[in-house]
Amino acid sequence: MSKDASPVVSAKKLSLTFETNDGPVHALSEIDLDIAKGEFVSFIGPSGCGKTTFLRVIADLEKPTGGEITVGGVSPEEARLARAYGFVFQAASLYPWRSIEKNIALPLEIMGFSKSEIQERTRRVLELVDLDEFGKKFPWQLSGGMQQRASIARALAFDADLLLMDEPFGALDEIVRDHLNEQLLKLWDRTNKTICFVTHSIPEAVYLSTKIVVMSPRPGRVIDVIESTLPKDRSLDIRESPKFLELAHRVRDGLRAGHSYDE
Amino acid sequence: MKFGTMSSLQKVLALIAIGASLAALLSPLAMIGETTVSTLSHPIAMTFALAGLATIIRFKLKFSIAFDGIMSVLGIWGIMVILNGIDKASFGFWMLLVAAWAFGWLYIERLSNVTGLNVFLTRLIGLITPVFFGIWILVLWEAITRGANVPFVLLPPPSMVWVKITTSLSILWADFQQTILKAVLSGYVMGCGSAFLAAIAIDRSPFLQRGLLPVGNFVAALPIVGMAPIMVMWFGFDWESKAAVIVIMTFFPMLVNTLTGLTVATNMQQDLMRTYAAGYWQTLFKLRLPVAAPFIFNALKINSTLALIGGIVAEFFGTPTVGMGFRISTEVGRMNIDMVWAEIAMAALAGSTFYGIIALTERAVTFWHPSIRAG
Repeated sequence: MSKDASPVVSAKKLSLTFETNDGPVHALSEIDLDIAKGEFVSFIGPSGCGKTTFLRVIADLEKPTGGEITVGGVSPEEARLARAYGFVFQAASLYPWRSIEKNIALPLEIMGFSKSEIQERTRRVLELVDLDEFGKKFPWQLSGGMQQRASIARALAFDADLLLMDEPFGALDEIVRDHLNEQLLKLWDRTNKTICFVTHSIPEAVYLSTKIVVMSPRPGRVIDVIESTLPKDRSLDIRESPKFLELAHRVRDGLRAGHSYDE
Repeated sequence: MKFGTMSSLQKVLALIAIGASLAALLSPLAMIGETTVSTLSHPIAMTFALAGLATIIRFKLKFSIAFDGIMSVLGIWGIMVILNGIDKASFGFWMLLVAAWAFGWLYIERLSNVTGLNVFLTRLIGLITPVFFGIWILVLWEAITRGANVPFVLLPPPSMVWVKITTSLSILWADFQQTILKAVLSGYVMGCGSAFLAAIAIDRSPFLQRGLLPVGNFVAALPIVGMAPIMVMWFGFDWESKAAVIVIMTFFPMLVNTLTGLTVATNMQQDLMRTYAAGYWQTLFKLRLPVAAPFIFNALKINSTLALIGGIVAEFFGTPTVGMGFRISTEVGRMNIDMVWAEIAMAALAGSTFYGIIALTERAVTFWHPSIRAG
């Protein structure tokens, strides 16, 4: 098997149980999933379905309690120590005492890049997210959408092949969100990264992804994996097309099926 | 600029000024020897009282704001001139003081109600108000102590304290060097510095967390009056023993505040560092210490006052014949109260400067904190 064909993320019977005072919570139950290089995978499901937990397991921010998972062919911890992924959180989580530029330089400083390289990379990713004029500003001087763009730039700065995004646009309004979705697709197209994207918006998942993973809660498990039939080059108008609506319908059906025993 | 009409407070103040001027005109001003002098026979007092009475026309005409300021300043000058020529103040003198004070209050009150000024003038007014207030406290202090012949040992007038300050500069400078430059600053730096390092050691090791924190608690509870003589035994009479007392006093506030500060980084901020595979020290310097800065500066500010108190009080328990605490305790015994006040004035000045420098540094370092960037 050539290196490119091997999955970037591969989970086999992956389980994670949190021990709480009210007894064990099965956040993830026997997840089997392969993510290939260059894919844009969305995880969608109601809250408590383990989509964020799964992303955090990939990032080695949570330890699984059963099954196996590899990230880039090695364990999540090794992948984390090798700085194999960039993580974008729900909130921009920029450090307010650092300017936008300095925030983006943060991972580069930690990873020991040279001064000139830090400058060069910071400038490049700022351009990539259209913030080139805001490098000297401080996070609290920027709008929420711009802050989130800066945090994406920060995750891109050290050029990891895998980008993990945990509901990055969840707190933003519809219009800003549409705009950022469009930009994210362009960015993905240009950089050819593998992206794992957690969301609870059906249109967002369908619009962005090449693969949609529908999950359901208690215990967190995968209900359906939908390979998108949409072309790679998409504009926002595609959301009116029958193909799009069909995919959205299938996602909704999956979500309903996962929910039915609850009601 | 907009003047607006007089508010009810302004009307009351204007009436007080007019009424007090009238009362001053009709009453005896002061005693010179055994004779009573009336306000009408004292040209300066009479002129000011008449001018004050004449301001009754302000209810018909609009007076500029500066007029009240000038009246107040003229009043202060008149009071000082009158004080120099009398032996004991009578009712008329106090009424003049009330009138001048009412003009001063009216001036500040009207100034603070002016709207639509540019940034510079707004700042200037923000500066005038406390300066004017401070001057008036000194004037009242001077007028009451001298006018009512308050005994010197109870409260000397500020003018005498000032004379004492200017004539004993060399003694004050020596005391300042001994207490502030040697004891307070070195004790402060050692106390805050060691507590900061201890906080990081505790943060690194859970064992120390259980062991050192209760000890810190215990040390904080030690009474300074008990510790100071023991420190003199240990470290000698000179500034080293005072610095040791200050170390004990400042250690705990710094330790607790730094430890609290180190816990305030949010989970998300810490996770971010983890995704970069950042080490302990990288996380400490790039995340946890910056978020702890407001707490650390809080401790630095508290400790600046504690260190000064500690340094002065510790000198009460054995010291070479120099130092602010030594001077205060001996000059009280010799009834040289003006020297005590001179030392107090110097301590107040040094303390506020110390505090001010730390507060300014804090503003520069934690410029990003919501409490500072808003203002």
